[in-house]
Amino acid sequence: MIVEIKGLQKVYEGKQRVVAVDGIDLNVAEGELYGLLGPNGAGKTTTISICTTRALPTAGQVKIAGVDVVASPAIARRGIGVVPQYNTLDRSCTIFENIHFHCLYFGFSRAEATHRTHQLLAQFHLTERADAYPSQLSGGLAQRVQIARAIAHRPKVLFLDEPSAGLDPQSRIAMWEAVRALREEGITVVLTTHYMEEADELCDRVAIIDHGRILVEDTPAALKASIGAEKVYSLDLHRREEVATLVETLGKVAGISAAETTDKGVRIFAHSADGLLAEIVQAANPYGLRDLTITETSLETVFIRLTGRDLRE
Amino acid sequence: MTQLANPSRTAAAPPQTTALVQYSRAFAGLFLRDLFVLRRELFPFVIRVCMNPLLFLFVFTYVIPHMNGGAAMNPTAAMAGNAFSTVLLPGLMAVAIMFSGIAAVALPLAQEFGVTREIDDRVMCPLPVAAVAIEKICFSALQSMVAAAIVYPLAYYVPAVHPTTHVGNWPFLLVVVVLASLTAGALGLTIGTTVKPQQIGLIFGVVVIPITFLGCVYYPWAALTHIRWLQVGVLVNPIVYMSEGLRAAITPSLPHMPPALILTMLTVALCLLTWLGIRGFLRRVIG
Repeated sequence: MIVEIKGLQKVYEGKQRVVAVDGIDLNVAEGELYGLLGPNGAGKTTTISICTTRALPTAGQVKIAGVDVVASPAIARRGIGVVPQYNTLDRSCTIFENIHFHCLYFGFSRAEATHRTHQLLAQFHLTERADAYPSQLSGGLAQRVQIARAIAHRPKVLFLDEPSAGLDPQSRIAMWEAVRALREEGITVVLTTHYMEEADELCDRVAIIDHGRILVEDTPAALKASIGAEKVYSLDLHRREEVATLVETLGKVAGISAAETTDKGVRIFAHSADGLLAEIVQAANPYGLRDLTITETSLETVFIRLTGRDLRE
Repeated sequence: MTQLANPSRTAAAPPQTTALVQYSRAFAGLFLRDLFVLRRELFPFVIRVCMNPLLFLFVFTYVIPHMNGGAAMNPTAAMAGNAFSTVLLPGLMAVAIMFSGIAAVALPLAQEFGVTREIDDRVMCPLPVAAVAIEKICFSALQSMVAAAIVYPLAYYVPAVHPTTHVGNWPFLLVVVVLASLTAGALGLTIGTTVKPQQIGLIFGVVVIPITFLGCVYYPWAALTHIRWLQVGVLVNPIVYMSEGLRAAITPSLPHMPPALILTMLTVALCLLTWLGIRGFLRRVIG
């Protein structure tokens, strides 16, 4: 395993004691594209910070390519590439110089560094902007430079913290393509996200994380299949006093795998079946059905199923 | 047997040497990057270094002596002849050294910790985080030495009456300049890591100006003998030892502290400020 996390815990002591990471165990295989999916404040960034030697754990152990990140951080950093949430490009240097100096920091000779920089600029379609300064770049372009710089020293594992935060949809897709291409180079990628589409689209395996704990971990397909339903019906009801009876009735309907109460009414997990919609509407009508939304099962459904909350809440 | 023993010894050695090579290459890379950026901003650097001593010298050692009755307005006119310019020469070099430390470390750090978080990139370099802080001190020391070298001719040629200089002991001068420059970098690191980024503007009023005025820059330490409490009080100020050290090295005709004391105190200040600075740096960058 290229990334091994054992019993990781991070507690911020202070006026308010915050348990950011609460006992995480995680293994990522070489070449895998691994996603940590969870809402803001779930502990994803803290986990990444510890893995990349920028924070010290309260308890537990992290090994990257066999090197303990707490015991020998400087050695571990050789195998780690990191793209943090915010833009950390060197504002005093051009794009070319940013990558070039990064190579020098990691012990490349000048000739090697120049060669590697040109190669990365071409690979990430940045050659035209080589002489631009970071402040002149759009968010999407700056993100691409950051990824190029992060992999310049050929790390074994690349950590991407919320890579699509603040990107427009087009830049996000370009970023996804760049990340997929990294896998072909054999780089293991660990990313955090609170966009379920991103985790679903990109990752081989996903851990859903909330309140500093991993709730479930599997391939996106297996996670979605675990719901045992293809569709989610969310009913917005006017009269919610006797909703429990409705949930009971619906639970017995063929094709419905589960039903539960929500703040607004009822949520139903169901298979695609003809006539089911009519049946649901009929059953819900006496309770003052105001609105009905139907969605395909997604990783978000898995999260809702596990926590009862929305990812964006 | 010897053939067997040798390979095992060489096999054990590489990890350590590679780590050391790795660290020194990263250190060199960081230093090179700073040099490169400084070269690009050479003009602002020179202006920054020159402006304060140039104006100070111009007004106090050129304009006022040329005024009618200027001597009466010049608070230091009592010092006959070229005495004041001789006092100022080492003092202004000390200020340039100290100020370079703050401008080269404290101000950029405030920016890197605050708005841009660029520091995270430097911290991810493959060397111990404390070495990143030490690189900042070393690079700042280089700037301080250049600043001192720029100030010397200014302080010599601008005054209407040139100061009396005499370097009797070159190695002593070199040691003083290097120690003072490193101490200035360490001071910059300590300030940059203890002051909140939003309040960095305050340090000029709260730190820079007091330590300059009370740093025996414009008067020799021995001249404070009639204000005993102040003479003792200023001993906590590292600038005192920078000014006095340069005075002992370049203008030994003026009263100055004993050289051994100066070197000891500069070393103590350097160690203390480096320790404080690194501690603050680690606290800032490692969560």
